[in-house]
Amino acid sequence: MAEVTMRVWRGDADGGDFETYTLEQNEGEVVLDVIHRIQATDAPDLACRWNCKAGKCGSCSAEVNGKPRLMCMTRMDTLPKGTVTVTPMKAFPIIRDLVTDVSFNYVQAAKVPALLPPPMPEGGYRMFQEDVERGQEFRKCIECFMCQDVCHVIRDHEENKSHYAGPRFFIRYAELEMHPLDQNDRRDLIREDMGLGYCNITKCCTEVCPEHIKITDNAIIPLKERVVDAHYDPVAWLGRKIRRKPKRSAADAAVQPAP
Amino acid sequence: MTDVTTEHHEYDVLIIGAGGAGLRAAIEASQRGLKVGIITKSLLGKAHTVMAEGGMAAAMGNVYPEDNWMVHFRDTMRGGKYLNNYRMAELHAKESPDRVWELEQWGALFDRTKDGKILQRDFGGHRYARLAHVGDRTGLELIRTLQQKVVSMGTDVFMECKVLQLIHDGEGRVAGCVGYWRATGEFVTFQAKTVVLATGGAGKSWKFTSNSWESTGDGHAMALWAGAKLIDMECVQFHPTGMVWPLSVRGLLVTEGVRGDGGVLRNSLGERFMFNYVAPMFRAETADSEEEADKWYDDHSAGRRPPELLPRDEVARAINTEVKAGRGSPHGGVFLDIATRRSAEFIRRRLPSMYHQFMELAGVDITREAMEIGPTCHYIMGGVQVDADSQATVVPGLFAAGEVGGGMHGANRLGGNSLSDLVVFGRRAGIGAAEYIDAGAAATSFDQGEVDEAIKGALAPFERTNGENPYDVQHDLQEMMQENVGIIRNAAELEAAIVALDAFTERVKNVSVKGGRAYNPGWNLATDLPSMISVSKCVANGALRRKESRGGHTREDFPNADPELGKLNFAQSTEGGHWDDPVSVHEASILIMPAELKALLEEDK
Repeated sequence: MAEVTMRVWRGDADGGDFETYTLEQNEGEVVLDVIHRIQATDAPDLACRWNCKAGKCGSCSAEVNGKPRLMCMTRMDTLPKGTVTVTPMKAFPIIRDLVTDVSFNYVQAAKVPALLPPPMPEGGYRMFQEDVERGQEFRKCIECFMCQDVCHVIRDHEENKSHYAGPRFFIRYAELEMHPLDQNDRRDLIREDMGLGYCNITKCCTEVCPEHIKITDNAIIPLKERVVDAHYDPVAWLGRKIRRKPKRSAADAAVQPAP
Repeated sequence: MTDVTTEHHEYDVLIIGAGGAGLRAAIEASQRGLKVGIITKSLLGKAHTVMAEGGMAAAMGNVYPEDNWMVHFRDTMRGGKYLNNYRMAELHAKESPDRVWELEQWGALFDRTKDGKILQRDFGGHRYARLAHVGDRTGLELIRTLQQKVVSMGTDVFMECKVLQLIHDGEGRVAGCVGYWRATGEFVTFQAKTVVLATGGAGKSWKFTSNSWESTGDGHAMALWAGAKLIDMECVQFHPTGMVWPLSVRGLLVTEGVRGDGGVLRNSLGERFMFNYVAPMFRAETADSEEEADKWYDDHSAGRRPPELLPRDEVARAINTEVKAGRGSPHGGVFLDIATRRSAEFIRRRLPSMYHQFMELAGVDITREAMEIGPTCHYIMGGVQVDADSQATVVPGLFAAGEVGGGMHGANRLGGNSLSDLVVFGRRAGIGAAEYIDAGAAATSFDQGEVDEAIKGALAPFERTNGENPYDVQHDLQEMMQENVGIIRNAAELEAAIVALDAFTERVKNVSVKGGRAYNPGWNLATDLPSMISVSKCVANGALRRKESRGGHTREDFPNADPELGKLNFAQSTEGGHWDDPVSVHEASILIMPAELKALLEEDK
């Protein structure tokens, strides 16, 4: 019977080390299945987060052989032969074993000014598929926070977390800014408090997104252009001063692709 | 307690569960100026609602203007085989459209019709295309919209907190709960004027299930222990299409949207077998040839509906029969084929998650090959008996909404009626709680004795040294429930299950856990097991008592519906309030429908 060897980081905020588990290999398994088998036998106290086991909830993010992955969507037979190393996400503080404290993301979520739509007409709003599609791409986000995990602005710089929202929230801001109904203006907030300028477009976030959201091309770059345009364009500046919350049409919201 | 320090919080409305129903209840109560706290066993935004795929049923009439609440009401009652709480079905059908439009005001982006309205898709048991949706990730859209609304309102959310038990005030009113933080294992108490249970389902007691680890029936069980009644617990929905291979993903949901968008079921002979399984009550509205069925997808007036879109109980039974007759697929399911019927581009656009799920997990390209699927435990229609208008239980101060509530779906739930149920009755529970507080009779004291006892029970597995591994108990429970209380049932197996559950009760009292209290899944499971046992007992009891086949409850020894039993709910309760107390089953008459609603059902019988 073929076997798999798993090297799993065990420990807490005070430190820890790898433990190695050897199990029989089962056909078709994903990394999370093997972690579950370790829990059910050798280590019932092995901490890991998971919910849907179908790539829809974004709970089981961890680093598999050093790369952020959803454990539930990573087939064992797609990994190189040999020991599989599983570690917690690096950008967040450890709680225990594979579980990290992702509260940074919930703090950022609370800072987002909500959608401000006009009153709803009888029978509902009218929006066209091509107008909602851009936002729908961003709303595919399952909040696995792997884009945050790989973003080097915070991965290696804890000090930046106080003034940097990160890719997950740049797509949220982009979604709202491009929303056909939205009347809020978040451009100053995004530039001044959310640290959009720190992103230097290395696309690490896009590469790791399990939903294949084009975070950099479709959200961050258009958002940078919009914020910069608003800041340096004297007409837009004047417009902001006169009409505090300029309403943008759906056509305006459908931003031009990056040059 | 001696060595246990407990953190304490106080709220007007305490909501247990942060899926669609819990979040919608929180929004409603917060908007009424009440102090609201939400507790969730996972992180915010990860609740089971996120798994819902196909859509949210609401008779908006955007695609078929002839649709209206009366047709939706009729479809829901027929789907539920008339066991439903008619008043819930009525409120649900009337209020769903407003709840969908409201989500749009909060940021949801549904797919659109050509004229810019919310697009609606076909689903089993719904006469018209009625499901508002976003591709096949509608649940994600719903939960994210509600989550973002709750966050923008500044409502307190307590994440990764397992609630052990509800606490009373000494006069039979509910006054809060006790639980622990999963991250640290420290205990916490919440005192509240009202508690809304929105804990979802109980599918984790079965081996093959679409439900996550969280669905251990905590709310059902805590309500039972607190003095509420559970009804229709025998009515468990086995969704016809779960993945069957690889084994590690067996049970994972395949959306009904595949069939709504043209997918058909075939056996190993290539036959589109559903034409052989049309029950008399659905014959008048179901196509009797492939030609007729295929015309229907484009124009519902050109033919009657395909039999693949019968209600879920009918389809699941048919698949089960085909497999048992030896006409199954290699891994014990049947084939769900959309590849030969729709273009690859259409499939990838309409069913992106399904495409992705099969490609990544099974190595199957659904634009080229058929999927192998089979029934999987998906939803429990049974739940806490509530007043339809307020969602109040018989225990003062206790409310229940969403899957944990009982009655709305009768013996079988139609696809798409769950997401709308969450927001319609989540909102109503929020209003119910607010009105209860206004009435001024809410609990003011908090029974510390109950708290101490619950904590003692939760810590017991650490004190036992040579007990059983909780994972072994859970594994055996799931095997036993799948075997004896599965999709097709009989008296002998149900009696065996009831005996076995007594033995499981003793095994749960003897589990021990290793390690500390901080983020310890073994311990967390040990504290979920009492709920799983209580709920399993109620399902087995109800299934034994209901000597007929109706909706999701199928008895091979009583294959037909019994009109007399159709007038009854089985209500279950305990005395004493402990998880291991015996459960008693009572007959309760279903609500009698007013003549004008009855007329809607009889129109085209």
